[in-house]
Amino acid sequence: MKWFSALLLLVLSQSALADGKLLATPGVSQIEGSAGGGIVPWAQLAGYASEDEWALSAFCSRGDVKNYRLDVCGVQANLFDRIELSYAEQDFAVPALNTNIEQDISAIKVRLYGDIVYSDWPQLSVGIQHKSLQDGTVATLVGAEHTSGNDVYVAMSKLHLGALNGYNWFWNVTGRYSDANQVGLLGFGGNHAGKQWLLEASTAVFLSREFAMGVEFREKANNLGLGESHWRDVFIAWLPNKSVSVTAAWLDLGSIAGVDKQTGWYVSITGYF
Amino acid sequence: MKCFTYTQKLVVALLVMISLSACQSAPQSLYQRVGEQAGLERLVDAFINQIGQDDVVFHYFKQTNVSHFRTGFVSHLCDVLDGPCQYDGDSMVQIHTGMNINEHDFNHVVDLLIAAMDEVGIAHPVQNQILAKLAPMRSEIIKI
Repeated sequence: MKWFSALLLLVLSQSALADGKLLATPGVSQIEGSAGGGIVPWAQLAGYASEDEWALSAFCSRGDVKNYRLDVCGVQANLFDRIELSYAEQDFAVPALNTNIEQDISAIKVRLYGDIVYSDWPQLSVGIQHKSLQDGTVATLVGAEHTSGNDVYVAMSKLHLGALNGYNWFWNVTGRYSDANQVGLLGFGGNHAGKQWLLEASTAVFLSREFAMGVEFREKANNLGLGESHWRDVFIAWLPNKSVSVTAAWLDLGSIAGVDKQTGWYVSITGYF
Repeated sequence: MKCFTYTQKLVVALLVMISLSACQSAPQSLYQRVGEQAGLERLVDAFINQIGQDDVVFHYFKQTNVSHFRTGFVSHLCDVLDGPCQYDGDSMVQIHTGMNINEHDFNHVVDLLIAAMDEVGIAHPVQNQILAKLAPMRSEIIKI
């Protein structure tokens, strides 16, 4: 998957087929493969397809915190700016245990209403992310009930032109119904809590057409009783054209599997066709 | 060196805020910020030039009388950007009916307008405020 995404990325960034959206309006790619920020899926669909076009995109991302590292690569398809299909593979390295946890995520997102720039009300989408651990040993060991699960989410987003003293302001709010532990890498469910609605939010200011700076928040449940923390990041995204985007972020993931102060860096690149 | 006290910092912050709001108390209209009539003419000329060189949307303008378009768009922008004009040309619906402009081509024209604004040196925040004024007209322009 990784070499396939990397190859597709390389090919895609050379040319653009669908370019019917305004620059930067698809957002970037989040760690579960959906169009979004870095950790939050947004209401926008991946790629530059308008309602008469389809688009493909591919991405790879790395999050590197104190005791762990996550690598993700994935592909996305946008069908007529109505349906987004995505597939991503996560590889979570735990050097202390000399092990890697791998998870596959297949997802669909449907745009129900609106356009982040033009409609009176925010763009509204719903999505499902189906997650499956390749080897559930660690998840089971820490007390997870399942090794696969489905996250359902509702997202709404809006770009306000010139709203902040002439600068474009973006926000997204997502509600996610999930029992995933650390996005599913530590399995699903546990003794302490089950499926519940969790709040996620992102906001950004466009410093220019090409650069956006923002922050994100993702509420996390503590199903396993290991003190799972809410996630936060501060990001800067560079979207120089409709073929490629690059995002860098500073992450604060709090406590992961009982090991606290997990802060570090994140980089992501997406190529669009 | 002794640092400023919290109160002193607060006073400085307040003074900065007040001086900023003083700047905003005599706001220029967008019409003034793009350089009034001459600025609008430069912008519309750059925009016409962009369209003339574009393969994607040029066909929509094939039947267009360029000087009529130029006069109309300058006057329309002057009106929309709070200048001393009253646009009395054809409505957006009248102009675009039958053209069947799709989402892609509409956004492509927005891209060309942004390129024209870059070309004549309109500042990024002013560009966004102009786009914010024009964006609500989209429903009177596309898919009719």
